[in-house]
Amino acid sequence: MTEPLLKVRGLKIGATVYPPGEKPHDIEIVHGVDFDLMPGKVLGLIGESGAGKSTIGLASMAYGRGGVKITGGEVHVNGRDILQSGLKDVRALRGGEVTYVSQSAAASFNPAKQIMEQVTEAAIRQGKFAKKEAEARAVELFRKLGLPDPENIGSRYPHQVSGGQLQRCMTALALCPEPDLVVFDEPTTALDVTTQIDVLKAIKDAIEATGVAALYITHDLAVVAQVSDHIMVLRHGNMVEYGTTDQIINAPREEYTQALVSVRSITHEEKAPTAEPILTVSGITARYKGTNFDVLHDVNVQMHAGQTLAVVGESGSGKSTLARVITGLLPPSAGQIHFAGRQLTPDQPSRSIEDLRELQMIYQMADVAMNPRQTVGTIIGRPLEFYFGLKGEAKQKRIQELLDEIELGQGFQDRYPAELSGGQKQRVCIARALAAKPKLIICDEVTSALDPLVADGILKLLLDLQKIEDVAYLFITHDLATVRAIADSIAVMYQGRVVRYGPKSQVLSPPFDDYTDLLLSSVPEMKLGWLEDVIANRKMESAGN
Amino acid sequence: MHPILKLVAQRLALGILLLLAASALIFGLTEILPGDAAQAVLGQSATPESLANLREEMGLNRPALTRYFEWLGGFVTFDLGNALTNRLPIADQISARMSNTLFLAFWAAIISVPLAITLGLIAVRYQNRWPDKLISGVTLASISLPEFMISYILIFFFAVQSLTWGIWGWFGMSPVAFPSFASISQTMTLGEKLWAISLPVAVLTLVVLAHMMRMTRAAILNVMQSAYIETAELKGLSTFAVIYRHAFPNAIAPIVNVVMINLAYLVVGVVVVEVVFAYPGMGQYLVDAVVKRDVPVVLACGVIFAAVYIILNMTADVVSILANPRLRHPK
Amino acid sequence: MTDQATTNAPSEPSTSGLAKAALAVSRIPLSALVGLFITTTYFLAALFAGVIAPYGMAETVGQVWEPSRLGWLLGLAPEGTPEPQYWLGTDQIGRDLLTRLIYGGQTTIFIATMATILSFTTGSVLGFLAAVLGGWIDQALSRFVDLMMAIPSLILALVILSSIEATVVTLIVLMGLLDSTRVYRLARAVAVDISVMDYVEAARLRGEKLGWIIFREILPNALSPLVAEMGLRFIFMVLFISTLSFLGIGVQPPLADWGGIVKENKEGINFGIGAALYPAIAIATLAISVNLVADWILNRTTSLKGGRG
Repeated sequence: MTEPLLKVRGLKIGATVYPPGEKPHDIEIVHGVDFDLMPGKVLGLIGESGAGKSTIGLASMAYGRGGVKITGGEVHVNGRDILQSGLKDVRALRGGEVTYVSQSAAASFNPAKQIMEQVTEAAIRQGKFAKKEAEARAVELFRKLGLPDPENIGSRYPHQVSGGQLQRCMTALALCPEPDLVVFDEPTTALDVTTQIDVLKAIKDAIEATGVAALYITHDLAVVAQVSDHIMVLRHGNMVEYGTTDQIINAPREEYTQALVSVRSITHEEKAPTAEPILTVSGITARYKGTNFDVLHDVNVQMHAGQTLAVVGESGSGKSTLARVITGLLPPSAGQIHFAGRQLTPDQPSRSIEDLRELQMIYQMADVAMNPRQTVGTIIGRPLEFYFGLKGEAKQKRIQELLDEIELGQGFQDRYPAELSGGQKQRVCIARALAAKPKLIICDEVTSALDPLVADGILKLLLDLQKIEDVAYLFITHDLATVRAIADSIAVMYQGRVVRYGPKSQVLSPPFDDYTDLLLSSVPEMKLGWLEDVIANRKMESAGN
Repeated sequence: MHPILKLVAQRLALGILLLLAASALIFGLTEILPGDAAQAVLGQSATPESLANLREEMGLNRPALTRYFEWLGGFVTFDLGNALTNRLPIADQISARMSNTLFLAFWAAIISVPLAITLGLIAVRYQNRWPDKLISGVTLASISLPEFMISYILIFFFAVQSLTWGIWGWFGMSPVAFPSFASISQTMTLGEKLWAISLPVAVLTLVVLAHMMRMTRAAILNVMQSAYIETAELKGLSTFAVIYRHAFPNAIAPIVNVVMINLAYLVVGVVVVEVVFAYPGMGQYLVDAVVKRDVPVVLACGVIFAAVYIILNMTADVVSILANPRLRHPK
Repeated sequence: MTDQATTNAPSEPSTSGLAKAALAVSRIPLSALVGLFITTTYFLAALFAGVIAPYGMAETVGQVWEPSRLGWLLGLAPEGTPEPQYWLGTDQIGRDLLTRLIYGGQTTIFIATMATILSFTTGSVLGFLAAVLGGWIDQALSRFVDLMMAIPSLILALVILSSIEATVVTLIVLMGLLDSTRVYRLARAVAVDISVMDYVEAARLRGEKLGWIIFREILPNALSPLVAEMGLRFIFMVLFISTLSFLGIGVQPPLADWGGIVKENKEGINFGIGAALYPAIAIATLAISVNLVADWILNRTTSLKGGRG
């Protein structure tokens, strides 16, 4: 039997934290993790934020980011314990035997240097290749990774290529020195969904072609299922489960893994449209001040009371701009909006209090959607006071009712947002919107910043509340799984236009237009071999290339 | 035209506009405020007739705007009018003093710039260890004192008490006190001049060193915390290679910026230091004129100081534009 | 982030107010405590100058430049000299130097405090308005401030003081207004940062009036960086007024202030008499203390501001 390329035993990692106004102290973030990685194999590290997966990945290069220190255990690479090696040996390892691909290639490339110089630097400096050879190898990798104009792209500067291309360049950078192991740290997370699968495929092909071993770190089980041979599930710095990809996806043993696999299991029966629409957007065209192009072109959608319209699209599709037009923050250059039987004025300041009250909004980042200097009680209480003049006992009673509705118990009234978890913050934002007794809530990517299990809880809550309060949701998202879970009707947006619109069952059934096909097929599915099938059957190139 | 040239041209145009606006503001201030040049010349006991005559003679009765443009026309041809107090042409006075001031500022800059950058690098290299803490402690102390205080402390200990006398002995030299007055003349050799200005140069160096070092440290730290530095470290490069190949190309623009801003600061520091050391420069001339309420001299000196300050700040901006890779290599 | 915070029961054992206060003090770093202590001492000395000063401000009590008792006690005086009478000795016309320093501190701290208050009220009110209203008001104010800041404050002050009489009031107004440009920039920048936050947008969408948005949403979040900046501006004012007085165009005699004391006693330096150096120690210790406090406030609050616990 061959020796493992990477052997990790009892790995413990600590960090120094600096709580405000207190003395800094050390905490442990990884509590003894063991695993092996055989040459040429791919191990997926999966977990939610704070699981310690990136930290473990970097530990295989004997590197701790910021105040992070490896406090115990052994990390063997090619049979040597790198934690016992001197700085010189560690430097020979980094960029030689083990290389790294980060989440944000845009930040990880030096803005002042050409791409080629950066891609070949490690290979040349580590003495693996001469300059000429390294450059030839880089061009070969650019070609393998599907970059346009592979001969010349190296002479460009990082800001001159797109995000998806730069992420491929980063992969070339990692593969150029012919390493034994590459650490991929969420390499596709920052990309748009249609770009993501191209990059994912390019990475997978490059791994197969070069026979390199890899640690693939991500929070998305469906993504990791496409590239890895084995998967290790992590939570709070501990290993939860380890197994082959097939076993983890199809027969998870641990409860936590089962939850991760079955996430987005919400089923939602589509409701039939009612006679009277609550919101009608007709012929909206809009552009931002000081620009000379329209971000929205002739947008027409309709939604019905107590139902959910999902507006889905990638970044730059104009979906958030549509929300700004409806709320009156960006008056359109053409078109009208009718809401609850009235025509809304184009700009928010001129709208009546009644219009403002009945149209509420929930934001993506709950962190910045709440004033950090106000307590939960003040945040939820203000709309009650402002719209209904509630005071004292009556207000307190209503706040508690709302807190109960969002499943937060007693004692939350006096807390500040900083004392809440991510999911709790978003719940408070939901309560603030509900406090106004609105007819329509615009939800702008409300689950995108949350871990999958937490996001799932929020979606369930929103669906339950819709039944109780009979409120309509305009749900803006890039995530098709969310759309499937929650929508009654769907509008697909692409480059400022609605390219497909109708009831959910209709929009999600063939025949598709090219863009909807691309978008639908790009959502990673928790199925082995899915990636290859999709690439083989696509009709259209993704937008990010 | 290359977009970067356009940006630079825009910045230069803005600089010229700013220079004009600043001169107008300073001219305007001397106009609006309740001081009267004729009164200042003749004193409180002047008769109304002689005041009126002098006003007529000095052209004070014509509209302010006309006089501003006349003054501006004179300024660009280096005809600054006559001082109120001694009726001598201001331009003659200034030209000799300006070269003295530049001489002082030049030597302070020559010493402080490399020193500040070196110390800044040391502070970053030993971040949060004792050299960094010592440097920031000394910096905090020197920022907390006005220039004239530092001057007198240096005079007290190096020109009068001569704490350093013993040190001269180590080098086999007889003890000499540093000059506490920086009198300087055309006939002196360069060595004599430098000896004369040794203490003022030391004060100015101390004053700008602190700011410059703090800002250099912050600029380099900012670069060192970038993700691309982590990439370089994960390529297994040595600390030197990381700094030289990846940090330096990105840090150079902010550092040049820091230097320019501090040179501008130096120009102002000169005013006070010249007064302390009775150095015959522009600063002393300006303060003298303020005390004597000699408005034309104040106006001329004030505008020159402001212009130097504006030009240095403009240079800093232009350097930042030129050094930005995104602007240099547009898409 | 996970939802683990849910498990934290909100009920903490209730502690007495005194214990809470003690806990709060014990969490303040030592440097900030020292800074707080010295700053408070200086302000108290300024407030009660008339009570604690041993002699009258303009009272001549002894010979010219008598040696200091403090120096004698520390063994700095030559062997065999008798113990001097005055703690810090006397000044160039025989006034008690300690008394002069206490009164000088009163003037300096008073002018600096008033100028800081003026600078802050003007600068932050205009800065907030510019940030919230935007449009031409913002443009006009910001361009004017750009112009003011293109000229060094000292040069502008010199130009202005060549035309007007320097009194305590004119000095406060002059320094306060000149410096308000810097506060304006900071206040505007902070307010712009905050006013694009989603929670401010949420308040706007709710239909809140300008008053609520400025005072309830923006101000509480802008306060901490502004308070920290206030410390730095105060130090700058102390240095500024001292410089002006030293140049002879600031506080005029017979009033004492720290810069003026240096000017009066500077001739002594050349005879090895350190009377002019005492104000240096006073200014430096005050400035460093305020700096330490400001640093602490800034650190404490920036970490709170993010609130991504």
